[in-house]
Amino acid sequence: MSGLMFARLSVALGAGAMFGFGLSLSGMVDPARVIGFLDVGSGHWDPSLIFVLGGAVIVAIPGVLLSQRLHKPVFDGRFHLPENAAIDKRLIAGSAIFGIGWGLAGFCPGPALSAVATGQPLVLLFVFAMMSGMILHDRVLTRTHLANG
Amino acid sequence: MTTYLHSLAGGMLLGLSAVLLFVANGRIAGISGIFGRLLAGHNIATNLAFVIGLIAGPFLYVAAYGQLPSMVILASWPVVILAGIFVGIGTRLGSGCTSGHGIMGLARFSKRSLVATLTFLAAGVITATTIGVFR
Repeated sequence: MSGLMFARLSVALGAGAMFGFGLSLSGMVDPARVIGFLDVGSGHWDPSLIFVLGGAVIVAIPGVLLSQRLHKPVFDGRFHLPENAAIDKRLIAGSAIFGIGWGLAGFCPGPALSAVATGQPLVLLFVFAMMSGMILHDRVLTRTHLANG
Repeated sequence: MTTYLHSLAGGMLLGLSAVLLFVANGRIAGISGIFGRLLAGHNIATNLAFVIGLIAGPFLYVAAYGQLPSMVILASWPVVILAGIFVGIGTRLGSGCTSGHGIMGLARFSKRSLVATLTFLAAGVITATTIGVFR
């Protein structure tokens, strides 16, 4: 393995672990908390997850500004950015379908994958269903290039 | 109050992780994208390393706090299956989820990601609130 590849793998592992720890610390890993945030009619709305997204974006903005001063990332030849800038039916329909799924169980992809650590059968079931949905989309519904996510 | 501080601190770690992955590897920290590319067989090693780290996260939480984070699933198993399929199809069709669009997309001031984020937030609120009425 080249030194560059080793560096990339270490960064990916470290960033993944930091992300997973952040999901646990923030409460985002708990579907009940997510539902408590999304269900605005319950009479005991939990706004804390706004702080999760807010905190993440506040830290990410200076990072993005920093990256714009670099010619290339430290361990790669270029920044891999999504090429598609169109706001189209696919984007809206896909985001709406995702939102419905998120509101049904309180799981989005990051927390669900991270929660595999708990070994709860319902988590494994969700991840298996999510994988099936992704494969169904990629192999059956559309042949698509992979953009950001 | 502690809850809000934990949420803020955890959120800031998500942002820091996304910055690290972008500045060092030039990759967007979008979990549905990373996992989708892994399933499709692209950049297997780095995408797998990220997912392994993601799963290790709760164990780091155990090391720090002595217990797993609270994790309660309210939905029944058929709803969980339906939700998983919707999340899988929707994130691939919409090219992103809460992390890719919601964190990095917004931080890059992408209009596309702003529209996606507002759309899945609205759909999530409508779905969860409707279910809440019948719970």
